Amino acid sequence: MKILVAVKQVAALDEDFEIRDDGRDIDPDFLIRDLNEWDDFSLEEAVKIKEASAEPVEVIAVTVGTDEADESLRKCLAKGADRAIRVWDAAIEGSDSIAVARVLAAVAKREAPQLLFAGVQSSDQSFASTGIATAALLGWPHAAVVCNLNYAPGAKTAVFRRELEGGLLHEVEIQCPAVLTIQLGINTPRYASLRSIKQAAAKPIEQLSLADVGLTEAEVGETGSASRVRRMYVPDKARAQLIEGDVAQQAARLAEIIREFKGDAA
Amino acid sequence: MSGILVIAEQRRGELRPVSLELVSAAQDLRRPGEQVAVAVLSAAPESLVTALGVAGVDEIVTVKVAASEFDPDTFESAVGALIAKRSPDVVLVAHSVDSFGYAAALAARLGLGFATDVFNVERVDGELVATRGGYGQKVNVEVDFPGRNVVLLAIRGGAFKAPEQAASPSVTAFDAAPLQSRATGREFIEPAAGDDVDMTGAEFILTIGRGIGEEAKVPQFRELADALGATLGCSRPIADAGWLPKSRQVGQSGKTASACKLYIAMGVSGAIQHLAGMKHVGTIVAVNTDAEASIFGVAKYGIVGDIFEIADELRRLF
Repeated sequence: MKILVAVKQVAALDEDFEIRDDGRDIDPDFLIRDLNEWDDFSLEEAVKIKEASAEPVEVIAVTVGTDEADESLRKCLAKGADRAIRVWDAAIEGSDSIAVARVLAAVAKREAPQLLFAGVQSSDQSFASTGIATAALLGWPHAAVVCNLNYAPGAKTAVFRRELEGGLLHEVEIQCPAVLTIQLGINTPRYASLRSIKQAAAKPIEQLSLADVGLTEAEVGETGSASRVRRMYVPDKARAQLIEGDVAQQAARLAEIIREFKGDAA
Repeated sequence: MSGILVIAEQRRGELRPVSLELVSAAQDLRRPGEQVAVAVLSAAPESLVTALGVAGVDEIVTVKVAASEFDPDTFESAVGALIAKRSPDVVLVAHSVDSFGYAAALAARLGLGFATDVFNVERVDGELVATRGGYGQKVNVEVDFPGRNVVLLAIRGGAFKAPEQAASPSVTAFDAAPLQSRATGREFIEPAAGDDVDMTGAEFILTIGRGIGEEAKVPQFRELADALGATLGCSRPIADAGWLPKSRQVGQSGKTASACKLYIAMGVSGAIQHLAGMKHVGTIVAVNTDAEASIFGVAKYGIVGDIFEIADELRRLF
């Protein structure tokens, strides 16, 4: 039995970043990359199921990205993924969540897992839609924001809890194969040991092209996307009034704010 | 393609407030003469009609479904049928946990134009343009939808103000086709009570975030909160790590600190979900080493500095 874990290498902005000449994205020189925080939890959830299972379970991490994303896949291998797959083609550049979902769905068709996990969202673009769009393209049942999961490998259904606004939980039973998007806090992701990091560095990463997964160029990139970026810009944000001075002066002003409030409250 | 279709959201028989905010977003998009219809999917949709009678709604569509609570298959099927029947040019849903569960599926399956977490909508030369955040909300991103006849937008909660004026729109019933859903809702579970702290009623909250670095630092902030007369709260990562009980988490998926008037956030960078849960607070003071932290965008006062130094100094003054 397989569990496919879709992961993303996210990009955070460097302190002094610049917008690309065409005004539609950030100059990549100013991006700091890392594995998406949510994906750490979904990978851990898959590895936990594997470790608790009597029958063999294979955990496969998959990503859509350039070779820079190998670093994140190695992290997944070091933390317990058995295999890693990376799909890339120049035509994928400019894909939104729907176009990326098309690629992930194509990989899921090849691998035929019982469960597909994705993070609730990515910390960079926060679409919160890639996993669920993938499910639709596969025609699979799906659920979002799963914060607790009970699944025995081979079972026809899984029982999970959705985390709703205000902390309310909703318990649901779902037919498998299914796609679940995993919320932060569902488990405590492990740290990779030095030994497993070394082993992961030696493991192969399967590289697939668009043709390998049976997609055409028109199905990805801007033409395959449900939206197009017109413009990216730094907003004129309302900014906090900064309390200046040394630490003692700053703390004194904060104390004053607290005392003013307490005066009002009293 | 004409008309704006708003999908209202209900939970356990109550309309979620964001539903009415969607009506305001619709006003920013409607072309002259264009109708705004609000559909409500529920086992008893009639009971929500009164709450949906606000200015800007031309028609309320009641959709009776078998599932008493949100279910992805049910919503995809019924909203898909509504789109097919009514051919709206824009469909608005909330960017909420329920919508996370079906909006992208609908967009992918029907080939809709699609954007999520949208906080501004406008028509530029007749074309729909939506604005959302990018790179951890550090930049704004304008997107459009070339070649798409129907665009589905998931609108951020709190981005639009709900209409206040009441109205009496016409009411139409829509028959959703019966459906065998592949998921079954079992029950709702209230969040754990934790250590019995009342975040909802707290007026003065001191919250700690990831910036505290390690669990061993929690007690000194607990002690500081006590000295200040504040209730100690935390951001999501602190509760997830188990350093403080979940009942002390504030923000969208934690407790709503609805009575809070003074909020001091130490080492909280300000994930959008956290900020959304706190924007009603009158005075937010943020202390963070990162001058670019998002929390400074909502705070009234900011201190760029070391939270431990500020905490120590502050402790001396109380």
